[in-house]
Amino acid sequence: MREIEYRDALNEAFDEELARDENVVIMGEEVAQYNGAYKVTKGLWEKWGDKRVVDTPISEAGFIGMGIGASMLGIRPVMELMFWSFHSVAFDQLVNNAACVRYMSGGLINVPIVMRGPANGGTNVGATHCHTPEGLFAAFPGLKVCSPATPSDAKGLMKAAIRDNDPVYVMENTLLYGNRGHVPDPSEGDHVVPLGKADIKREGSDISLIAHGRSVLHCLEAAETLQSEHGINAEVVDLRSIRPLDQDAIIESVKKTNRAVLVDESKPFCGVSAQITTLIQEHAFDYLDAPIKRVCTIDAPAIYSKHIEDEQLPNARRIIEKVLTIA
Amino acid sequence: MSQEKHFVMETFNNPSVSPLDFASSSINRTLTAEQKIEYYRQMSRIRRFEQGSLKQYNMGKMGGFLHLYIGQESIAVGCASLMGEHDHMITAYRCHAHALAVGMNMNECMAELFGKTTGCSKGKGGSMHFFAPDKNFWGGHGIVAGQTPLGLGLGYGLKYNGQKGSALCFMGDGAVNQGAFHESLNIAGLFNIPVVYIIENNGYSMGTSQERSSAYKDCLAQRADGYDIDWDLVNGEDFYELRAKVNIAMERAHEQSRPTVLEIQTYRYYGHSVADANHKKYRSPEEIEDYKKNHDPINLWKQRLISEGILTEESAKEIDRTAKQETDAAVVFADESPAPTIEDVTDDVYWESDNNTEASKIGRHFFND
Repeated sequence: MREIEYRDALNEAFDEELARDENVVIMGEEVAQYNGAYKVTKGLWEKWGDKRVVDTPISEAGFIGMGIGASMLGIRPVMELMFWSFHSVAFDQLVNNAACVRYMSGGLINVPIVMRGPANGGTNVGATHCHTPEGLFAAFPGLKVCSPATPSDAKGLMKAAIRDNDPVYVMENTLLYGNRGHVPDPSEGDHVVPLGKADIKREGSDISLIAHGRSVLHCLEAAETLQSEHGINAEVVDLRSIRPLDQDAIIESVKKTNRAVLVDESKPFCGVSAQITTLIQEHAFDYLDAPIKRVCTIDAPAIYSKHIEDEQLPNARRIIEKVLTIA
Repeated sequence: MSQEKHFVMETFNNPSVSPLDFASSSINRTLTAEQKIEYYRQMSRIRRFEQGSLKQYNMGKMGGFLHLYIGQESIAVGCASLMGEHDHMITAYRCHAHALAVGMNMNECMAELFGKTTGCSKGKGGSMHFFAPDKNFWGGHGIVAGQTPLGLGLGYGLKYNGQKGSALCFMGDGAVNQGAFHESLNIAGLFNIPVVYIIENNGYSMGTSQERSSAYKDCLAQRADGYDIDWDLVNGEDFYELRAKVNIAMERAHEQSRPTVLEIQTYRYYGHSVADANHKKYRSPEEIEDYKKNHDPINLWKQRLISEGILTEESAKEIDRTAKQETDAAVVFADESPAPTIEDVTDDVYWESDNNTEASKIGRHFFND
């Protein structure tokens, strides 16, 4: 079984898609000659050259809007935000132009772009660099959002995102880039993970832990402790995509376990977990044996201090404590 | 600033300096009488369409905003007259004229204003959001300067595809103070993008005059100097000058893949939008009357064509009458067209869903109550 890092899985996705479709262009700050701020695009400029891998100035509104305009002519830009937190300086482009142009043109135009980059806390960089806007962008019809937790999903979802004919926003994670995991060898065939399909990362019968991104790993860690120390067999549902959302997988799991804890690195108010809560109460109300509980980032801007930041974020201990209140 | 540009600015600001006659420039010299009359007809159609839409707005036939182009007609028509297969156009919310100038018909435009399914955007865009990609027209954008990076992207796409073309990106004078425009200028200069930014300077960003909104008061286009981009000033009243100077910019895009910023001096007779009730307070009625009487681009073009002996007052009136009839017919068409249904609301959100692809069948895309 081949194991590679999350960042290399992404890199492999870009390389394969650059080869597959001559309209694919990698674009962003430091993605080319610098090899990427996190080395996710390492070696691509050297291999594919100036036309396909493009360094941009620090002008998010400018280059993202440029990518959107170019996509209207058939180019397929894959654009990096060095941090998803920097979305705020390009917000008009990301929501008015990328999400709404198709609608406002009565379907005459489509915008096949990919926006990508890390969206996570936990690296002691303060509130401006720690936003997790997957719920924010999923709230705009016209956009698709996914958040891979493993190297395999990172590669597969990225390839699906690049091939999708709608704007797809991929939320990665700086703390996952170095994680290793199994990714099928390219010789085994095209590895594409469709948007909108959740993955049961751990089967269980007593409670559903529903998460996306790095929180999935916290859930898996918590599930082992719950099993060994408390005899609770937790199922871990990795959403992978936020929009489209695999509602069926969520409901099926809750119907099986009758309990749910939603783990979400975004904030509790109007976050992804809030949306999933309403779906569960609407579609599995009669199956619930306990109130739906959540573990989210504690509701304040991200604290800098490394002594406490991990406690503001979801972690295995907080998940276990929450599970024990209802199981 | 170059000596040549000094001269342009001098002539621009000082009527006593005799202007260059651009009728003899290469792009104008070859025009036929029929073409010149056609440009008159296009300007007349735009004015009649705008007058007709204002009337219908006041009758309550449409909602929202209505940003009228009346007074600026020469610009959209002059620029569209220069477009070839790989030349594209994108503009802001004052977009009806550009739509008509590239060949969209009055019916689909009026129906869009009326919010009907026969509208160019099926009633989903409205006055500020007309589109016709098949005619290289990419909108119609509602946020001030939000379209300027998109115009850059159209130029980027042309260059990427190896097409000898240009992206004409229009904007108002208020848009020059948005960050997105400056980011776009820097990238256009840096990446050699074949984009032509056309500032339609009508003197007012909504109710704020240029001198109250822009730190550099003499000339907005000169900001291009900061980005190593060629620029020029254009008298929008002079149709020949407009065509000649826009053509130079487009050739620069075609031949050198270099951007240009043009500032075209113009004027709007109505408010920023129909909702702008103060437009006779932030400027004097005398100022508006002076433009109508002495600077009207349609009237000046008509007089020019009469002096050239290819148009008469009577034939001009006939053109206007026909344009009025076309507008009236468009109003009837829009009135009689069906409104969207509630089922239509969730169409045109996702390409994959509209095309019923395999991808669209995986996961839930819409979250209605």
